[in-house]
Amino acid sequence: MFRFVVRRLLQLVPTLLGLSLLLFIWVHSLPGGPEYSLLNEDATDEQRAALRESLGLNEPIWVQYGRFMAKLVQLDFGISLQTGQPVLTEFFNRFPATAELGIMAMTMAVCVGIPLGYFAARYRGRFLDTGAVAGSLIGICIPVFFLGFILKLIFSEHLGLLPSAFRQTAGINATHPTGFYVLDGLLTGEFDAAWDAFLHLILPGLTLASIPLAIITRMTRASVLEVMGEDYVRTAESKGLQQRIIRGRHILRNAMLPVVTAIGLLTGALFAGAVLTESVFAFQGMGLFVYQATQTRDYPALMGFIMLIATVYVLVNLLVDISYSLFDPRVRVR
Amino acid sequence: MALLAVDNLSVKFTRRGKPDFQAVDGVSFAVSEGEVVGLVGESGCGKSVTSLALMGLLGDHGVSVGGNATFDGIELLKLRKDAMRDLRGRDMAMIFQDPLSSLNPVVPIGIQVTEILTRHRGMRGEAARKEAADLLDRVGIPDPTRRLREYPHQMSGGMRQRALIAMAVACAPRLLIADEPTTALDVTIQAQILELLKELVDSEGTALLMITHDLGVVAGLCDQINVLYAGKVVENAARRNLFAAPTHPYSVGLLGSIPRLDAPRGEPLTPVRGSVNDNIDWADGCAFAPRCDHYTIECLQGPPALTETYTGHGYRCVNPVIDHTAPAVSDTEANS
Repeated sequence: MFRFVVRRLLQLVPTLLGLSLLLFIWVHSLPGGPEYSLLNEDATDEQRAALRESLGLNEPIWVQYGRFMAKLVQLDFGISLQTGQPVLTEFFNRFPATAELGIMAMTMAVCVGIPLGYFAARYRGRFLDTGAVAGSLIGICIPVFFLGFILKLIFSEHLGLLPSAFRQTAGINATHPTGFYVLDGLLTGEFDAAWDAFLHLILPGLTLASIPLAIITRMTRASVLEVMGEDYVRTAESKGLQQRIIRGRHILRNAMLPVVTAIGLLTGALFAGAVLTESVFAFQGMGLFVYQATQTRDYPALMGFIMLIATVYVLVNLLVDISYSLFDPRVRVR
Repeated sequence: MALLAVDNLSVKFTRRGKPDFQAVDGVSFAVSEGEVVGLVGESGCGKSVTSLALMGLLGDHGVSVGGNATFDGIELLKLRKDAMRDLRGRDMAMIFQDPLSSLNPVVPIGIQVTEILTRHRGMRGEAARKEAADLLDRVGIPDPTRRLREYPHQMSGGMRQRALIAMAVACAPRLLIADEPTTALDVTIQAQILELLKELVDSEGTALLMITHDLGVVAGLCDQINVLYAGKVVENAARRNLFAAPTHPYSVGLLGSIPRLDAPRGEPLTPVRGSVNDNIDWADGCAFAPRCDHYTIECLQGPPALTETYTGHGYRCVNPVIDHTAPAVSDTEANS
């Protein structure tokens, strides 16, 4: 187990090395540059050239890459051009927001998707099944930002039930020891603040959950249908076991295996949706920051955030692989 | 009276966009306590479907089951689902063909054995575990307490089949249905498994319905043999009679197709020619006719009736290989 984890963590090194190279080339080949976004429109060409020079952007790209990597190994990601803060500080300020949103979205997707997929399979061909299949198709097809606007329109504008933007109501003045606002509220005993942060998570969470929810529903349904036809389920039936045990122990436990893998992959892919969701809901997380960093050609911020996100991705998948072995004894890691 | 009496059982599958498929077509046989009855035939002849229909494991959709089957006076085919569920595993149990896929891969063997003890015998915890270990021991699994904690993938095919047999006999069922229990196993293990089944039947007086395509298996085990072809019993006889005087051309073909170790090298095997796909409808005549060496035009005059000799040897053929109505040479031979 320990060796498995160490091996996987060591694999991070070549992964990040390759990623950094590709990313560096890509980021620096974007048209324009920070000299256009940082300086206003009346800046002269001389001023722009001076800024480029001071940022070291006129040197050959491999020199710039070498300098970046030299600082990276000391865990120095540089200074964000937009905010003037160290990239690492910005990351730790914003990571809890996106993590909180992602946890909310995946919790929704898993808690709704698995039961829905299971019951769709159990009542195959009936109304619930048809509805779940059609609904999941819509969930996959509908663009994330569009769904976000629709949900805002219905639940905030028309019904006035839920907040439509930000992580917490502005005047609420809560303390934030961890940056996870719901958790903060619970830890400090400011339950109204926790509840307020929770309400702010519902609409973006739902938006972000739409695609994973649809995929998990479909995967669960297909997997349950497949397992129901397996020989060992027939064996269980031949033993006269209660339906409850056949369903729980023999069908569901096996049907969960591919779903767990899918949940891992979806969790990693969540970030792409977070960029859109956070823009729509003005949610101050990593997604919004990366979006702005792309707009302003904030090279250090882009590089740093994407590298750190990739690390988180690998760690999440490591966790999923470890949890997978809890479900399937055949791949138990040693 | 027989423990299990199957009378005119028929199973029909309705298929979307295709004509219905009559998998079992008026099958009758009986199994008494302590008796081993064989259901023999090639793939697709309806032998597995027969067993699944008796166990109530065919499912609800697209299947219609007709006829009668009584188990200890209970009408199996008309039984309510929960009553059937109580019966299954307790009074009648089944051993399946493929031990590799018939065990749940993610649940330890121990739980798969104890769950049936909990269900039908109300045993829990330590008592159930102890009984499960005893069961594994009884079917010849060494070091049973350790095996209980293992998963199916940690056991060999033969061990897994033994574990499945342990589950099937856990509640001392009165009827055991074994659906090709040795097909997936290699020959040495086959013999061991058959020996084990024989011991269980002998010691407990369990009735055993043995389903197989392998006449070698029935030769050593069965008291009574039913040869199935295209959903109908084409010949039924006591084992000695069938092997001494196979009467239906299909049975003759099956016996003739067994490879012999003492045959000269290079001698071609003698298969029953054609395949199940060549069948004609029973309504039009003998389904086996297109593959039969004794085929005459009479074979196409509707379904052949079942002829029975005074020794209880039945066959469904208008041109039998042995003419039992002639001076009873073959019968005396069969009984010798």
